[in-house]
Amino acid sequence: MADIKITIVDREGVAHQVDAPTDMNMNLMEVVRSYQLAPEGTMGICGGMAMCASCQCYIKSHQDQLPEMSFEEEDMLDQAFFVENDSRLGCQIPIKPELEGLRVELAPFQD
Amino acid sequence: MLIIGAGPTGLFAVFEAGLLKLKCHLIDALPQPGGQCSEIYPKKPIYDIPAYPEILAGDLVDKLMEQIRPFEPGFTLGERAETLDKLEDGTFIVTTNKGTKHHAKVVVIAGGLGSFEPRKPPIANIAQYEDHGVTYMIREPEDYRDKKVVIAGGGDSALDWAIFLADVASEVSLVHRRNEFRGALDSVEKVSELSKLGKINLITEAEVTGLEGQNHLEAVVISSKNGGEPIVKETDYFIPLFGLSPKLGPLGSWGLEIEKNAIKVDNSYDYQTNIPGVYAIGDINTYPGKLKLILCGFHEAAVMCQSAYQRIFPDKKYVMKYTTVAGVNGFDGSKKEAKKEVVKSIN
Repeated sequence: MADIKITIVDREGVAHQVDAPTDMNMNLMEVVRSYQLAPEGTMGICGGMAMCASCQCYIKSHQDQLPEMSFEEEDMLDQAFFVENDSRLGCQIPIKPELEGLRVELAPFQD
Repeated sequence: MLIIGAGPTGLFAVFEAGLLKLKCHLIDALPQPGGQCSEIYPKKPIYDIPAYPEILAGDLVDKLMEQIRPFEPGFTLGERAETLDKLEDGTFIVTTNKGTKHHAKVVVIAGGLGSFEPRKPPIANIAQYEDHGVTYMIREPEDYRDKKVVIAGGGDSALDWAIFLADVASEVSLVHRRNEFRGALDSVEKVSELSKLGKINLITEAEVTGLEGQNHLEAVVISSKNGGEPIVKETDYFIPLFGLSPKLGPLGSWGLEIEKNAIKVDNSYDYQTNIPGVYAIGDINTYPGKLKLILCGFHEAAVMCQSAYQRIFPDKKYVMKYTTVAGVNGFDGSKKEAKKEVVKSIN
């Protein structure tokens, strides 16, 4: 299966267009980590269980293509900071072909 | 050997140490052993523990506790390791937040993600009001009698404390980012009822964005999500309740080399830190090629124990033994060993 192109704006405001594979069972948080777009230890700390908010990002396109928020994700975002209406946890967004052209911005890291 | 952190890696280190006749004591900030496996996901399955196609995290902890029982580890639970002092003879004293002192020849940090601490909202001057009107947990509810209190958060603890303090404080405000609350239904209904009775001042779709006061907190600034001028609300206390998140915490100031929010160790040689006699194993360490997996933590525990043994007994000669050959001799007098029988003879 082909890769999709997604644009990730890092915490410094720099936009990166990256190729994300749709056949590797990856999620958005893992794509950010694999391209090292956020320092290790500040992204995906809980390992992708929606138990920290370190992978919070603002989804700027494809809103209608995203999976429904689970109870865990909603609960976590309730306890997080810098939350906006388009906030999601990257670890809960699987990379799939429909997300071709997705644009996301990483939320600030809350120490 | 003193082990900080009673998660799977720390627990398995007790077994490996026991084979070398080293006795262990564990400290953990959580009230029960098992670390994240018990605290966060006891009912979730793990699929990459060798020889267990599937095991629940909670069951893994139970099995580890059973495995290390013969080595009679000591536990200090519900206390967080706070300071590390190296004595002249090369041994260490670790003191917990409750003042318990532990003396050991070797300290092993198996602290996982760190200790769980309250999440602090990103308000610029919040630190200066900590213990001067800002608190992240309620220890003594009577402290708030006849005082004005602002609570922030939308989870169970924010709701429960708002309900409780409604009868204690002179005024309780609950500030939450959304209209919906995710707490238990009972609590949500109760808060809404108290709000109608005027006993809780419910402020939703809003956030506390500023703090004011000379020495002690005097007011909070509340900004609405829907724009408009922020309001300044007089208060004696501000209690943000946003759950817990793991932090390196006090370990960060022990003089250990930190990289990527983890403790740097000298690769796979023995997982020793930059302080000789202090080891770091499991998720809390980092080295080139590090994988944060329970099975890697187990491996690191075994390797670390060989080095720790040499440090504790520099003059003793020792070679690693297989449990199948040497059995397991518990400190409690128990003995497990393979049956000695001739299975094949050569004529």
